[in-house]
Amino acid sequence: MTTIVTDNCQKCRFTDCVTVCPVECFHFDDEMLYIDPDVCIDCSACIPECPVEAIFEVDDLPEDKEKWIAINAEKAAQLPVCEEQMDPLPGADERKTALGF
Amino acid sequence: MSELATENNPLLVAIVGSGPSGFYACEALLKSDLAVKVTMLERLPSPYGLVRSGVAPDHPKLKQAIQVYAKIAEDENFRLLANVTVGKDISVAELLDTHHFVIFANGAESDRKLGIPGEDLPGSHTATEFVGWYNGHPDYRETTFDLSHHTAVIIGQGNVAADVARILSKSVDELRHTDIAEHALDVLSESKIKEIHVVGRRGPAQVKFTPKELREFENLELCQTIIDPAELILNPESGAELEDKSNSGQRKIYQQLSKLADIQGPSKARSCQFTFLKSPSKLLGSERLERIEFERNALSGEALSQSARGTGDTFELNAGLLFRSIGYRGVAMPGLPFDNNKGLIPNIEGRIVENGEHLTGLYVTGWIKRGPTGIIGTNRADSVATVQSLMEDLKTLDAEIDKSGADGVCNLLLSRNVRYVSFEEWKKIDQSEIDRGQPKEKPREKFTYIREMLELI
Repeated sequence: MTTIVTDNCQKCRFTDCVTVCPVECFHFDDEMLYIDPDVCIDCSACIPECPVEAIFEVDDLPEDKEKWIAINAEKAAQLPVCEEQMDPLPGADERKTALGF
Repeated sequence: MSELATENNPLLVAIVGSGPSGFYACEALLKSDLAVKVTMLERLPSPYGLVRSGVAPDHPKLKQAIQVYAKIAEDENFRLLANVTVGKDISVAELLDTHHFVIFANGAESDRKLGIPGEDLPGSHTATEFVGWYNGHPDYRETTFDLSHHTAVIIGQGNVAADVARILSKSVDELRHTDIAEHALDVLSESKIKEIHVVGRRGPAQVKFTPKELREFENLELCQTIIDPAELILNPESGAELEDKSNSGQRKIYQQLSKLADIQGPSKARSCQFTFLKSPSKLLGSERLERIEFERNALSGEALSQSARGTGDTFELNAGLLFRSIGYRGVAMPGLPFDNNKGLIPNIEGRIVENGEHLTGLYVTGWIKRGPTGIIGTNRADSVATVQSLMEDLKTLDAEIDKSGADGVCNLLLSRNVRYVSFEEWKKIDQSEIDRGQPKEKPREKFTYIREMLELI
């Protein structure tokens, strides 16, 4: 079991989730955030924080998003930890509207 | 003397409480660009607050948050003084004499009451007592629970209620290899409880269980989960609530309840029934709890702001055991203001206030600041916010620079024969717990008496 960031985070990266992560398991690149499954403690605190509902528990992950399990693990291992809230990516608000939120 | 919060004259901050909110405040301070030294005070010899004594023993992954706190505690600018009760062994005024700032992160240790006749009958307990007892908290070591009854009722619709129900529902084999306290495992192994009822005042669209906690009721070894599908029929306002875009979390919870209601399994030795829109109105019994009178509730008001009201329609259930889990409450700290209605320390953005005035140097974070809501990580954002307030005030601080910090506190404690426990000493206790858990294939066997812990150091 772990928690997964999916494609809605791309080009948004609001990072509200990071402020409530008890274990600093979020990593980031210029696109989005990723969760390190070896560090995440499955507390789910991040899930309701995401303004674009990009984060899922593995058990709730829609079938077409299952590839994100491997992507999160792979990317998190290579990228720096996101320790605190960052500014959203440029255009994040437009992207959020486009996603229907 | 050099400027405050620089290397030769560090900012000295005392934090009262060593649970998540205390450690996240500590983390925020030590991560800042300023030179800061933190003195953390803890009432028990063991740190980590509710992560150690609240999180259920069968949720070991959540307890891994402790690894983060242990890492913070290794910082050279951190001192733990455990086994020290602020307000008794040392006063708030003395902490402020020795430190520039004091942050209270001492949580909500008491419970809200139901406020109904018979609440104090033997057999009627708080969830806090039961949780503390199975988690080996020294305060509840001598508390006894009579599990020889057929029926147990849990009042509440949050994760603590779910924890209590799950611990009563599970077989001893399902708990044996957790860090549950041995004395609790012994009593649970003799449990005669066959029926568990989890009763909430609001409807299935308003409950506060998380989907994950509910999922754990899908497949228990000895216990079948029961939800009457008729109870999941929603009034139009609740239906509208679940359709609301802002309410997707609640929709997931409702879907999980529906899934539990649909499970058709073989009958098992125990049952755990979730039931809604009922409030206990009387606890009845001559010598001890025998029966509970409930009143059926109805929701009124607009979608997303409905409240549950009694309908006057009552019924009785035979039950020898009741746990109320309707929210924690803070306890007043001598020397600080207290909001008796809300059960917390009055504050504005983490600054402790009395009659609208900020009490210079005094701050608050976590449950004693905002009330008992949210989970472990919620405290991280909350503590970062309190530390931000503190940092803003630093700019205008006209404080006496010469403070004695942790050493000053230690001198006072030594003069009063208070045996404080350092983090290094706690690590010895910690290792002993891990060692004595090993033969039983448990992650640890906790020490449940304070004297046992102190004998080790």
